[in-house]
Amino acid sequence: MLASVGHPFVLALPVVVLAMFLWIARRERRLGLVQGPGYFQRNGVPIGLFLLIAVLAWAVFMIVLPQLFMIELSFRPKLPPSQTFGPRDVYSLQNYHYFLYGSPTSSANWNTVHLRAFWQTIVASIVVTFANFALCYPLAFYMAQVAGAARVRFLLLLLITPYWVNEILRAFAFRVMFASSGLINKLLLAGGLVAEPIDFLGLDVGMYAGLGYAYMLLMVFPLYNAIEAMPKAQIEAARDLGAPWWHIHLFVVMPFARPGIASGCTLVFMLTAGALAAPLVLGGPRSLWFTPIVYDRFYQAFHWPQGSAYALILLLTCIAFVLAVMRIGKLSLVEITR
Amino acid sequence: MTADVELEAVTVRFGTFTAVENASLKIEGGEFFSFLGPSGCGKTTILRTISGFIEPSSGQVRIGGRDMRGIGANKRPTALIFQSLALFPMMTVAENVAYGLRVRGASKSARMKKAEELLNLVALGDQGGKKVDELSGGQRQRVAIARALAVEPQVLLLDEPLSALDLKLRQHMRNELRAIQRRVGITFIYITHDQGEALTMSDRIAVMNAGRIEQIGDGRSVYTAPRTAFVAGFVGENNAMRGKVASVGEGFAVVETPLGAFRGTNPLGLTAGAPAVLFVRPEALHIGSTENACTAATTEVAYEGNLTHVGLRADDGSHLLVLLGGGETRSAPPIGARVGLGFDAADAIVLPPG
Ligand SMILES: Nc1ncnc2c1ncn2[C@@H]1O[C@H](COP(=O)(O)OP(=O)(O)O)[C@@H](O)[C@H]1O
Ligand SMILES: [Mg+2]
Repeated sequence: MLASVGHPFVLALPVVVLAMFLWIARRERRLGLVQGPGYFQRNGVPIGLFLLIAVLAWAVFMIVLPQLFMIELSFRPKLPPSQTFGPRDVYSLQNYHYFLYGSPTSSANWNTVHLRAFWQTIVASIVVTFANFALCYPLAFYMAQVAGAARVRFLLLLLITPYWVNEILRAFAFRVMFASSGLINKLLLAGGLVAEPIDFLGLDVGMYAGLGYAYMLLMVFPLYNAIEAMPKAQIEAARDLGAPWWHIHLFVVMPFARPGIASGCTLVFMLTAGALAAPLVLGGPRSLWFTPIVYDRFYQAFHWPQGSAYALILLLTCIAFVLAVMRIGKLSLVEITR
Repeated sequence: MTADVELEAVTVRFGTFTAVENASLKIEGGEFFSFLGPSGCGKTTILRTISGFIEPSSGQVRIGGRDMRGIGANKRPTALIFQSLALFPMMTVAENVAYGLRVRGASKSARMKKAEELLNLVALGDQGGKKVDELSGGQRQRVAIARALAVEPQVLLLDEPLSALDLKLRQHMRNELRAIQRRVGITFIYITHDQGEALTMSDRIAVMNAGRIEQIGDGRSVYTAPRTAFVAGFVGENNAMRGKVASVGEGFAVVETPLGAFRGTNPLGLTAGAPAVLFVRPEALHIGSTENACTAATTEVAYEGNLTHVGLRADDGSHLLVLLGGGETRSAPPIGARVGLGFDAADAIVLPPG
């Protein structure tokens, strides 16, 4: 199919969906399924119009259309501007093919570099998410169940303030810390613990530390919220029944906080897999992270369709993975957004 | 198996506030023992000290003769039923009951068998598969009891377990609890601010006030022979007449009050001149009696079928209460009538003011 045909279709899609919603709403009212004053009667015309336009414009222009265009773009070839929407601008799977085989058409060799980076990104994101959880759970538990109100406020301040600093700057700060002549190496050398500076950045230690730190807040808050809702008496009841502390955490607190755990892990996993600043700034020369590759598709190769395809592959894989894990954990989306 | 519980000079302080002061008592194995006192008097604190959530600031807790210092709540042979029940909402009823066994590493089949057994004991045999929040208040109550009994404690501690239930269920559960206690034969330590509960269920009661144990005894002795003004006023209704001891003799004392001089028993041996309160139960105060007599005007008559409460105002303005029972109820005076009241000196008790 020619892109010149498909493109208007993509533009029309949101309009069609909106029209369908409108039709369903009118039908429900006509059939008496919905009663009471209508939307404009309740809010007044000026406010009603403003809300409608503001929300629609935000949803359509900021969220729906960019994503739709990216999906659409990912099926198109890279062409000079003069040929856009021309006869060669047809939809195909060649960008996805390239991801798998490193060539738009040939299937002779696997695209090992990209595939390995992709695989490694997913695995590393899982590991980072787990590490994040292991780090944040005790903190969240302490804040939610142990510490007094003043201590909690202080800790929250300590947690939040670093995030006032831009993500890239934070990544550079990690670089300064982990560099061969950085703070940590200086301390290690001064302490006589090592003879030679350790190449933390080359070993990707800096990158993983940066990735782990970048989204910590998004782990702490859902955990804190979930654990805070737990009555202390339940923990004491478990203890009274003879449970050692690890049993209480594993079989009483964590099951109770399951929605918060799922919500935090999902957020951190998705954001880590899609993180750009930390891998770009802190990644060693041999580091393989998928997002810089996507970035390169756009800005080094200037192959926007391919970049779109790559971004989409990452997004869909992450979503599929999260849904699968939630399925196994018998969690619904509604539960984790609570 | 059951065990006795001893407190020896137990004091619990929170900062500078003393929640429990110098509590000493011995609860026998297999006894149904209640702590009775108004809200905030330190009942929960005592229970938490016995169960190991609070270490006493001084003094000693012994269970089965063993000093419990340094032994955590998870290692003590006690099980606590929380005021809020604290059931686990993410587990089924059976899983709740079986939790203590799971902690002890029992196999799944053994756990479920025991849970079923205990759910049968509390008449919830068919509810094991439900979630806790699908149960009624009374059923949840019984799940909490079953969960606590599952770990085969030697002492069961209950913190106002019936306070959230409605009246009818509460009365039913009193009998149920007593029956369960007889069946399992372990020590029950029960906390309540409801004297009716304490009197009907307990072998013995400790009456508490502001962190101190005021009196320990069975229901009858706490009711008929209070040893402090607080106990006399808190356990059951009582008419209090304040004054001073005028004279004493042979176990009796005469108290000079604004209403006149009254004679009553003097169990603590107050001496002449000491400030004193004379207590007479409403059922011991008789209309028309001439011994220890005074006069008062009827202000209120509440007919309750088998009983009639008559409220009166004495000449000095104080309120008096008379309880007419059985055949007497027909003879209740009309409102506004002035009547003579009196009581047998043996039914009155003279105590120092609190
Ligand atoms: N952890 C605590 N910190 C400070 N004060 C407490 C604590 N627990 C209880 N108290 C105080 O001790 C007193 C007795 O409390 P509690 O034992 O719960 O009373 P009760 O169960 O008889 O109503 C109350 O005044 C309460 O405010
Ligand atoms: Mg209490």
